This record gives sequence, structure tokens and C-alpha cells, in this order.
Amino acid sequence: MAAAPSRRPPPLLALAGIAAIVATLAVAFAWTSGWLGTSHLTGPQLVDAIEANNPQPYPGYRRAHSKGMCVAGTFRGSGDAASLSTARVFAPQEIAVLGRLSIAGGDPHSPDNVARVRSLAFLMRTDDGQEWRSAMNAFPFFAVRSPQGFYAQVVASRPDPATGKPDPARLAAFVAEYPEVKKFQAWAASAPWPTSWANTQFNSVNAFRLHAADGSEQYVRWFMRPQTPLETLTPEQRQQADADFLASDLRTRLANGPLRWDLVLTLAQAGDPVNDPSQEWPTSRRQVVAGTLEITHAEPQATGACRDVNFDPLVLPRGISPSDDPVLAARSSVYAQSFNRRELEIARGEATEAVGKAAP
Amino acid sequence: MSTHFNALARTLHWLMAAMILATLFIGAAMVGSLEQRAGLLDIHRPLGVAILLLALVRLANRLRHAPPPLPADLPRWQANAAHASHWLLYALMLAQPLVGWAMVSAGGYPVTVFRGWDLPAILPHDATSYGWLREAHGVLAWLLFATVLLHLAAALFHAWVRRDGVFSSMARGA
Repeated sequence: MAAAPSRRPPPLLALAGIAAIVATLAVAFAWTSGWLGTSHLTGPQLVDAIEANNPQPYPGYRRAHSKGMCVAGTFRGSGDAASLSTARVFAPQEIAVLGRLSIAGGDPHSPDNVARVRSLAFLMRTDDGQEWRSAMNAFPFFAVRSPQGFYAQVVASRPDPATGKPDPARLAAFVAEYPEVKKFQAWAASAPWPTSWANTQFNSVNAFRLHAADGSEQYVRWFMRPQTPLETLTPEQRQQADADFLASDLRTRLANGPLRWDLVLTLAQAGDPVNDPSQEWPTSRRQVVAGTLEITHAEPQATGACRDVNFDPLVLPRGISPSDDPVLAARSSVYAQSFNRRELEIARGEATEAVGKAAP
Repeated sequence: MSTHFNALARTLHWLMAAMILATLFIGAAMVGSLEQRAGLLDIHRPLGVAILLLALVRLANRLRHAPPPLPADLPRWQANAAHASHWLLYALMLAQPLVGWAMVSAGGYPVTVFRGWDLPAILPHDATSYGWLREAHGVLAWLLFATVLLHLAAALFHAWVRRDGVFSSMARGA
């Protein structure tokens, strides 16, 4: 068994071999962690780029869609989608919902009347312990086809320190590389501005797969169709609107009763793009009303139940699974990065206003 | 006294060595990945749960069956380092999956191990706990990786330089 203690000089070859093995593993781990640089875009890089577009850090706030309110209510399944998916959420029953209404942008004080994009997120937990989280936006399709395109858009829209506006040459180069954004720009320039979160439609632009009890699969996208009739702001009304008009409007409306949206599933047909959120599906696609969301309460996000929730669109119940849309995967990754950063800021006591405390 | 680790100890050692290295690398890769994060997470979590369960079996086996003694001529500091690093490895094999589980719980996420199969939360949903546990999970990953490398270097030193039978006590049966 054990050899006599070695009095030989240290075998250099063996020591070098050990050092080489350990060093190789260490370098491989550092490379895997991205410490040696990366050849592809990462979640932290994308969140860094979003943060860099803000004039200052906003500790404790979401990195995107920073301004918003927590809402709560119920979802009543119609039962009409139960044949498409085994998810309990589609059964005809009532489920508690936690949600958040917000506007796009990284500044939690951004005025509501310049926010082209509004959003609605929800979290529903059914009695089988399964959870469904979704984050939807008012745009009918995503601006670009890929996370790389989104990164390019964030960088191209960065205000030039000299002019305070994005560099036109950089913007033009971005549009040339991602021409689908022209469709989005046309939407942004022409779509009406609803007067309220309540009469805004919110779309899941990413596709998902529904799994039925018989094993069949159906690609869908969903949207929240407001039951509140559409009224739009004239350009003058919008210009004069208060910076926080969406929140005050929401409080007024909720004081008078609940607000409702129908959750509508749009069913893809063969050939519809399921991995490109920048492409709409034909309007003729069959739609199924899966149920109705009823919002009854709102509270400020700093002290509300939605503050510490990551509305990760890949938290899905049995019966719903993701498509291989790279933007969907990237949203999940970026939301996690944003969540980790802001929760650490809260843990370190760096967040004040974001958690409803006075600044020191 | 046995000169080799028993078969269960050896099986668990090599199986867990592969699992722990895989989980560490998957964890390191998924944090930054834009498109593979969810898929990697689907492997990371069940591996973490399996490591926690196997570490408990391994700890029980270790407490019931004394390991072979270290060579009598091993310098005192090396013997102490060996014992300390082995207990540190046990502590990390148990702590790291538990910190991960606690972190996911405190983050308010479902603790999904396999799609549609969740573990219960072991901590209440809380921003401060989540923030610190998420940090701890990252720091412990580096500590575990560094300890594994140290352990590997020492094992190879026994195998190739000292040639004292310590390596073979884990590599094969008596």
C-alpha cells in the first residue's frame, strides 16, 4: 500500500500536470461565467445598456417599465379554452390575480403622456399549485425580431450627451439592420392614445404552446381586450395631461367599480411565425375568449404586493409551454437580471423611494 | 480498519463529482445566457436537488463507516487541511442546494424542479432575504468550485507525487 515517504526531488512533470489540470478547469469556469469576455450578447449586457440610457440610477426600481401600480382582482375562466389546454386556469372557476399596470421606460418618474407603450402583467395561482405569469404590452407586435435587435435599438436610442437626442446616424444604421422596426415606428406614430389603462388592449406578442388533454398542441398568442369602451386623447388633451394621469384615472375608475378585460387566445395556423414577435398573425385567425380579468384594487408599487414579483413570462403552468421565440427567452433572462439587481439594492438599503421610504 | 472507502462512498464520490461540476458550470453559464437560461435552469434545479439528497446519503454513510486513515507520515498541516477541506465540501454540498431553494422561495418564484412539479417554499417571499441569498448562492458557487479544485490538486498530488495510496483508496476497492 503506502509507499515510503518520498525523499526524491519533487517530480516536476507531475506537479506541472496538476497545475495544468487545475488551471484549465479554472479558466474554463471563468470563461463559462463570462469573465473572459463573451462573443454573444448576454443578459447583464442588455440590462447594462438599458441602465446606461437613464440619466441616473433608480435603485430598487425595475430596469424597464419602472413606473406603474400594483393591481389585484380575479380571473374567471370561461371554460372555452379548456379543450385547448389542461392548465387549470382555463377551467370555469374564479382565481385570485395579482397584477401590475405600467408604462414603458426606465425612469420611474417619466410623464404618462409621452409613454407610447403601456403594459399589464399578471400572476395567477390555481388550486393545483401551478402558476402563470405574463407581461403584455400595448403594441401589437414587437419592434424587432431578436434580442440582438432590441439591444441595437437600446443603444441607438441612447441620448447623445451633446444634443440630448439620439444620434440620427446611429438610428439610421439600426433601422437599416432591423427594417422591421419601421412597422413599429408607423404604429407608434399613428395608433390612438387611449385615455386610460382601463381601455388599453395589452398583447402577448410572443407565441406559446397549449397542450390539450388528448396530447394535441396549439400555438397561441393572447391579449387582454378591454371591456371599457375606447376613448382616445386628442393631441391637445395629451399635451395638457398630468404627468400621473394614468394612476389618478385608475383610482377614479376603481372607486366606481371593477375594470374588466377579456383574455383572448389567438390560434395560430400552420406557417404562422411562432418565433418572431415582430410579425403579426393574420386577423382572420380563430380567437377564443378564455376568461375575464376583473381588477378591483390598485395600490402604489412601493408598498404593493407586486413590487417584489418578477413577472417572468416563462413561469407557466402545466398545459402551457414556451415557443422557441428568442425574444421570449431573452425577456425571461433580462427580467431575472433586473430583479436580482433591484432586490439586492433593496437588501442593501440603497432603495429608498422605490420602497416607500424617505431619502436619507 | 479498511484501507479503502466502501463501495457506496466511492460510487457517490465519483457520481457527485460529475454532478457538482456539471451543476456549477451550468449555473455559471445560465446567469448570463439570453436564450439558454430557461433550458439550463431546467437542468440546474433537478441536479441541485439530487446533490442535496445524495449528500445526505453520503453524510450518513460517512458517519457510519470511518474512512481509511491518512498515511502516518503525512505532514500534520496536510492532514489538517485534508480534514478541513473534506468537511467544508460536505457543508457546501448541503448548503448550496439549500441556499438555492431558499433563494427561489424568497424570490416569490415557484420552486419548480421538473416542469409541473414544484417543491414547497422554505422561506417567505421577501426582497431582503432574496437579495442576500442570491448573492450568497453566487459566492458559495465560487467557494465550492475553488474547494473542488484544491481537493483535485491534493488528490493528484497523492496519486502522482506522494504515491501513498490515498488516491487509490477512493479510486478502487480494496
